[in-house]
This record gives sequence, C-alpha cells and structure tokens, in this order.
Amino acid sequence: MIWTRLLLDYMITQLEPKSAAKPVASLPETRPVTLMINGAEQSLTLAPWTTLLDALREYCDLTGTKKGCDHGQCGACTVLVDGKRINACLTLAVMQEGRSITTIEGLAGNDPSAPGQLHPVQQAFIDHDAFQCGYCTPGQICSTVGLINEGKVRTTADIKELMSGNICRCGAYTHIVDAIEDVLQLRTNQPA
Amino acid sequence: MEAVGELTTEKSLDSAGAKFIAGGTNLIDLMKENVERPGRLVDINHLPLNTIEEIEDGGLRLDALVSNADTAYHPLVEQRYPLLSQTILAGASPQLRNMATNGGNLFQRTRCYYFYDTAMPCNKREPGQNAGPSGCGAIGGYNRIHAILGTTEGTEDGQSQCIATYPSDMAVALAALEAVIRVTGPNGERTIPIGEFHRLPGQEPQRDNTLEPGEIVTAIDLPAPRFVDNHMYLKLRDRASYAFALVSVAVGLEMEGDVVKDVRIALGGVAHKPWRKPEAEALLVGKTATKENFRPVADSLLEGAVGYGHNTFKIELAHRAIIRALGQAAKLEPTA
Ligand SMILES: Cc1cc2nc3c(=O)[nH]c(=O)nc-3n(C[C@H](O)[C@H](O)[C@H](O)COP(=O)(O)OP(=O)(O)OC[C@H]3O[C@@H](n4cnc5c(N)ncnc54)[C@H](O)[C@@H]3O)c2cc1C
Ligand code: SF4
Ligand code: FES
Ligand code: FES
Repeated sequence: MIWTRLLLDYMITQLEPKSAAKPVASLPETRPVTLMINGAEQSLTLAPWTTLLDALREYCDLTGTKKGCDHGQCGACTVLVDGKRINACLTLAVMQEGRSITTIEGLAGNDPSAPGQLHPVQQAFIDHDAFQCGYCTPGQICSTVGLINEGKVRTTADIKELMSGNICRCGAYTHIVDAIEDVLQLRTNQPA
Repeated sequence: MEAVGELTTEKSLDSAGAKFIAGGTNLIDLMKENVERPGRLVDINHLPLNTIEEIEDGGLRLDALVSNADTAYHPLVEQRYPLLSQTILAGASPQLRNMATNGGNLFQRTRCYYFYDTAMPCNKREPGQNAGPSGCGAIGGYNRIHAILGTTEGTEDGQSQCIATYPSDMAVALAALEAVIRVTGPNGERTIPIGEFHRLPGQEPQRDNTLEPGEIVTAIDLPAPRFVDNHMYLKLRDRASYAFALVSVAVGLEMEGDVVKDVRIALGGVAHKPWRKPEAEALLVGKTATKENFRPVADSLLEGAVGYGHNTFKIELAHRAIIRALGQAAKLEPTA
C-alpha cells in the first residue's frame, strides 16, 4: 500500500484533567524527504506538515522563492513542478517527492552552450524594467515560464488573465506584460 | 477501483479527524488558520483516479484527481462541455487550477470570514452539541458575500443557523449540466446527482454535503453533451480575475431558431449549494428568447430571497445577472 501515505499525526494534545501535570504535546516525528530541486537531489529531514515553500526557503537555502501571503492569494511563491506552475505555500514537501521542482535559482544557465546565461524570461524582465522592489519577481518569472509551457496565450488580454495569479504591490504590471509579449513575440503593444 | 476500496476500509481512517488531501489548496489553507485540525492526513494523489474517459451513454467521466486545469483544457471537455471549461477557467488562478483537483473542488469550504476567524462564533466551524448552537458571526455582522436563498429552509424555528455560501464555480456548471458524482466508501459504491451532493445548512450547518464518513469521491460523470452552442457562465466579482463570485450564473440553452426548447440555470454565490429551480426553467420552454420572457424566470428563481443587510444588493444583482446570462447564451448580447 505505497499509495496510502499517512502524512501526519497532527499535534495530539493529551490533557489529564485531574493531574497537575501540564498538557503533553506530542509532535509527530520528522521524516526523511527526498526532493529533486533544480536538477539535484536534496535529502532533507522534515516535519510532515512542512510546506514546499518552507522546505525551499528554510531547509534548502533557496530563498529566491518568496513568501507573500502564505495562503495562495499572491503568487510570490510560484515554482514549477514537472513544468507546471504551482503555489509552493499550499502544498506539502512530502507530497512532492518524486517530482521535478524548478525554482527561480534553477532557470539560468540551463543551456549547455551558454553556461550561466539568464533564462530568456529573466532577460526580458530586465530589458523591460518589469519590476520595482522585486519581491514578486521570482514568482512572476516562474509563472511566465509556466504560462509559456501551457501555450494558451494568443493576445495581450490572455497574458493579463493568465498572469492574474501573480500580484505586484508595486504595480509593475504594464512592464511585466511588455516583457512577456516580448518573449512570446506578441507585438500588440508596440507602435506600428 | 480495488485500491480505492482498500483505502476506504483502511484502519487508520477510523481515527476521528482523518482527512484526505488532494491538491491541498483548501485544506492546507484552513490548517494554517486552525480551522481544520485533522488528526491524520492521507495523501490520495497516488490513487489511479487521473484520467478523463468517454463513458457508455455518450457522456464523459472526469476522475477525481484530474486537476481543474487539465479538465478545463481537455479537448473533449472544450469541444463537448464548453460551459464547464469556461466556468473552471473563471475560478481561482492558473497556479491554483494546476493544483486543485475535481474531487477537492467539490469539497472546498465556505469563504465566510467568520468561519476563518477562530475568535468568532460560527455554527459551521463549531456546531453546538448539546449546549445549543455556538452562534453565527455573519448574521448581524458584515455579510456582503453571504447567502440570500435557502438560509432558513429546514431549520426548527425558521431562524437561520448559517448564511454561508458554497464558493465553487465548477459545481455551478456541474449543476447546470446535471452531473453525477461517483463515490466509494466502506459500504461500496454509489452515485449522487450533483443537486443532492451539497446541502442547505438547516439545523446542521457543519455538514456541507451528503457524503458519509470514510467515503471518497472517485469521479464526476457528465451526461451526453448538451448546450454546446448556447451556454454562458457569467461571474460577477470585485476584481476582473482571481476573486470569488459575488453572484454567478451558469446557463445552458437548447434553441430552435429563436425558441427555447430546453434550459438549465444554476446560480452560484447565493446559497449553501448551487441553486437550481426546475419550475423557473420550465417558464421559458417553448418561449422566444427575449428579455421580456427572461424576466419571469429571474423572478421565479429568486422567489423568497432574503438579504441580511450588506448582501441585500445580491438580490437585484442576481436578477440582472440571470437576464444577462440568458441573453448571452441566446446570443442576443455580446459575452464580453
Ligand atoms: C486564493 C484562492 C482563490 C480561489 N478562488 C477560487 C474561485 O474563484 N473559484 C473556485 O471555484 N475556487 C476557488 N478557489 C478554491 C479552489 O478551487 C479549491 O481550493 C480547490 O478546488 C480544492 O481542491 P484541492 O484538490 O486542492 O482540495 P484539497 O485542499 O486537497 O481538499 C479539500 C477537501 O476535500 C477533501 N477531498 C479532496 N479530494 C477528495 C476526494 N476525492 N474524495 C473525498 N474528499 C476529498 C479533502 O479531505 C479536504 O477536506 C480558490 C482558492 C484559493 C486559495
Ligand atoms: S455564516 Fe455560517 S460559516 Fe459564516 S459565521 Fe455564520 S455559521 Fe459560520
Ligand atoms: S505566498 Fe503562496 S501565494 Fe502568496
Ligand atoms: S515589483 Fe514590487 S511587488 Fe512587484
């Protein structure tokens, strides 16, 4: 029964009503978790409720992925799992074993002929000045890579709708859309 | 389905508060808020419930673990059930739709602010056991997103216990398409029509649906395709994207020229379940598709609607939305 994975015995607090003893909170044990992150295997020891986002930031020193809301509402934590964009704050690390995770740190230098070169989406964000404070940017860039993999964009309106899962408090949206149009070679925003 | 049967009789599920986890997008969120405190989590992502397949009567079976995104973009769903594609894509964000599963979507809990706030009374989160109900923060509180229909039905004294809405978009289209939910549990398999899957709060607001303990949804069956040419999901919300519906309308029309041969209408954002009323739909059958003929349908659908203050605007909003969505489905007016 490998498919039944009991993830956690959530904090079981045992209260002894008549004894003076303090309640005993028994935490479930940490367990080994192996994740494939940016092409490299990472062996971690985690409490079972650790989110993928916390595993990346707190246990792998991959702080490029940001925590904005921690509730699926902002997109700052966007990473790619098997090429699909997801919110790392709403999944548990143990649920991602056996999958291939790509974070912002893993995008550059993937082309063996040009090691260290930025990913085209990263370059387009720089070219178009598509950020201000930069906090949402790793999420925006990973989300854009996911968007390109999905292949559903035909128009500028599609970009706006399909990037709506990434909030930018600085309001850099116009330049973000420009950068994405550039990568996708949509020219609808350019003067004729 | 052997593996599924095995799971539902699995011992560890007996422990109170064991929960399945699928996409995690609702459960993990609620665990972070201390609203859900499962004693155990069972990851069901490895069950073989991940395909979309044609079934005998010309319908389509959407397995429970297929993501909302893969469902909305599946060629057979796009071609034969465009209403469902359109509806799923109106919900959440691309990232969330990649994670959210068809099964999990059916179980997503209300977005009522007081349900999320453990410092507030809430009959859904903490149902009164013997001592009577614990109260409802929304009745008499800020209730802009709350229900206008079915809030007092089935209550003992005609006083509502809970005015929460069920927030799913997908289920509103499923109601219009008359989908059937397939379930496996300790007592074997059964099917539940979507209209009977979710329930009104009545005296038990803690129960969102009619599932029994230990039961698992394995698939959603769509009957043979209808409404391919004339359909609309109109979702009204505070932002143009990435926001829950204040009011939504799913419409499927079968037309012969200008005349409506058959119609299904389901409302979202107005009740504890997708809201349908066959008598209201019947008013339109055999009539020409005109605004004048849509109005009595909207009147009937919203009969008995009650506002609680901040949400009273929803009654008029829903009325207009029904008329507009019918017009859009009949192609009397543009959809954008
Ligand atoms: C910021 C945000 C915005 C959103 N906006 C929208 C929106 O606009 N429209 C909309 O419709 N939704 C929206 N959602 C909700 C989203 O669609 C749901 O969270 C999602 O569909 C839940 O699916 P899941 O697989 O992630 O469920 P999970 O979180 O894994 O599970 C939810 C519940 O379902 C149970 N469960 C899961 N699968 C099964 C099964 N097969 N059988 C029995 N029980 C099961 C679990 O035990 C759990 O109790 C939004 C969510 C977020 C976080
Ligand atoms: S409306 Fe329902 S969910 Fe919201 S506070 Fe009242 S009882 Fe709780
Ligand atoms: S941190 Fe995950 S969506 Fe905001
Ligand atoms: S650049 Fe500051 S939040 Fe987007």
